[in-house]
Amino acid sequence: MGDAVQNTETRESILSINNIEVVYDEVILVLRGISLEVPKGEIVTLLGPNGAGKSTTLKAVSGLLKTEDGEVTKGSIMFKGEAISNRDPDDIVRRGIFQVMEGRRIIEDMTVVENLRLGAYTRRDRGIRDDIDRVFNYFPRLKERTGLAGYLSGGEQQMLAIGRAVMARPEMILLDEPSMGLSPLLVKEVFGIIRNINQEQGITMLLVEQNANMALHCASYGYVMESGKIALDGTSEELLNNEDMKEFYLSGGDKDRKSFKNLKSYKRRKRWM
Amino acid sequence: MNFELLIQLIVNGLIVGTLYGVVAMCFVLIYKSTRVVNFAQGEFLLIGAWTCWAMLVKFELPFYVGFPLTLVFMLVFGIVLQVVVLRPMIGEPIISVIMVTIGLSMFFQALVAWIFGGYTKAFPTVFETASVNIAGLQIETAYLMSMVVSLVIMIGFYFFFKYSRMGLAMRATAFNQQIAQSLGISVKHVFAAAWAISAVVSALAGVVIGMVNGVSSALSFIGIKVFPVVILGGLDSIVGSIVGGLMIGVLENLAEFFDSQWLHFGNMYNIAPFYALVIILMIKPYGLFGTKDIERI
Repeated sequence: MGDAVQNTETRESILSINNIEVVYDEVILVLRGISLEVPKGEIVTLLGPNGAGKSTTLKAVSGLLKTEDGEVTKGSIMFKGEAISNRDPDDIVRRGIFQVMEGRRIIEDMTVVENLRLGAYTRRDRGIRDDIDRVFNYFPRLKERTGLAGYLSGGEQQMLAIGRAVMARPEMILLDEPSMGLSPLLVKEVFGIIRNINQEQGITMLLVEQNANMALHCASYGYVMESGKIALDGTSEELLNNEDMKEFYLSGGDKDRKSFKNLKSYKRRKRWM
Repeated sequence: MNFELLIQLIVNGLIVGTLYGVVAMCFVLIYKSTRVVNFAQGEFLLIGAWTCWAMLVKFELPFYVGFPLTLVFMLVFGIVLQVVVLRPMIGEPIISVIMVTIGLSMFFQALVAWIFGGYTKAFPTVFETASVNIAGLQIETAYLMSMVVSLVIMIGFYFFFKYSRMGLAMRATAFNQQIAQSLGISVKHVFAAAWAISAVVSALAGVVIGMVNGVSSALSFIGIKVFPVVILGGLDSIVGSIVGGLMIGVLENLAEFFDSQWLHFGNMYNIAPFYALVIILMIKPYGLFGTKDIERI
């Protein structure tokens, strides 16, 4: 509380992934020894190019891997001190982890309110109505949409998907590319709300993103994945100032090095892969 | 032309049609949430009607005890059937699952014939007056009751899918199983619930029809008649199954009328729905309300 210095090592991890391997269809090795820690109450981001295995990592945690014939074959996933690898997705939701899947997977032939009520499927308490109002406070524009969710705009669907996660009152939300297909202005809005939810509800978040700049400004710690491995990790400030990160993910770096020929770090990138 | 007969037949058609609609809804419920084409739907009616008959005649229970017990039995029956027979089939090719339900249909028909014999048996009379006269039309009391029961079931289904937790979970599962699972819905529970509800409501329809026509293996023929109904309405549409039920109910009575007046082919009552089935498949293969990308059977 009020402690400006973020020391991740002394903080209690709510989720720790230890050296996991994931295999699809019993043959395709997708994750080759991933380890990461998510401290309670913080936002941690997982960055990397397409096909690096970011989504697979999230699905390994949420159990949705099972629905795609994937399996954690090595290592362990611990949530609040309990091993949760290869459990059924509904069991994991009941334990307090909720995944917002990539591509805003809302139920298109239901209304906004019905989608939100389904988010609270695992809850039995009476606070559901109040929580719907709370979600509308975060996303006021959703309240005006009374038609089917399939007719919402992309940004509104993403908001609904996040709101639905809040409805489950989870301890942790896994967010898979919330910025996908949104305009820069909307991305900013959505990330602002994600931060608000994290701070006000105390929900821990593991955020997978392509938009590294946005994600690192939102998160306290980041991991960079390439080809099924962690290539780099550090606090957000460290990553934002890292030369390689600037080159490959933050679309910055030295202005005079426009061509790949001139990239000193190019070889290093090769080595990661 | 005999107008009185025509109107009487149309009214009968509407009444029978609501029952078809109810059975079709049960069929659609299973198809929508589990993607199983249930060829044993008619046997649910058969088993329900025979169970109720046994409760009332063999165990001599009063109707208000025997009937609820029948429904409880069917609830358990539906769950056990799903868990024991159909759950292991999840992930198998659709044709294998269809073969299993056809097998179930034959098995239950034989089982019921073995236990209860092959003859039609009458229900003990539940209503004191056999038929009532409404605006010059003779309507059997049991049919009138069936109409009321069907309407209550339809309204019940509406509220179930609109407001109940399990109803929403079923719709979510029907939309996309992975999304449903990501919300913490146990697809296994949803499947079991779909079969249980379908069995209970079908049994209800079976008992009602059994009261009018007597209980016999002919009841399972309703399960086959469900096919023209759901294909007309659209395989995955609850509304479609109601509309389709009414249309097929009226159609078969009209066919009967035309046949008795002019054509004299005989048995048009049973055949006409299947002529309609062939025509629908030719011009509107996804039915009136069905979604376009569903698999054809």
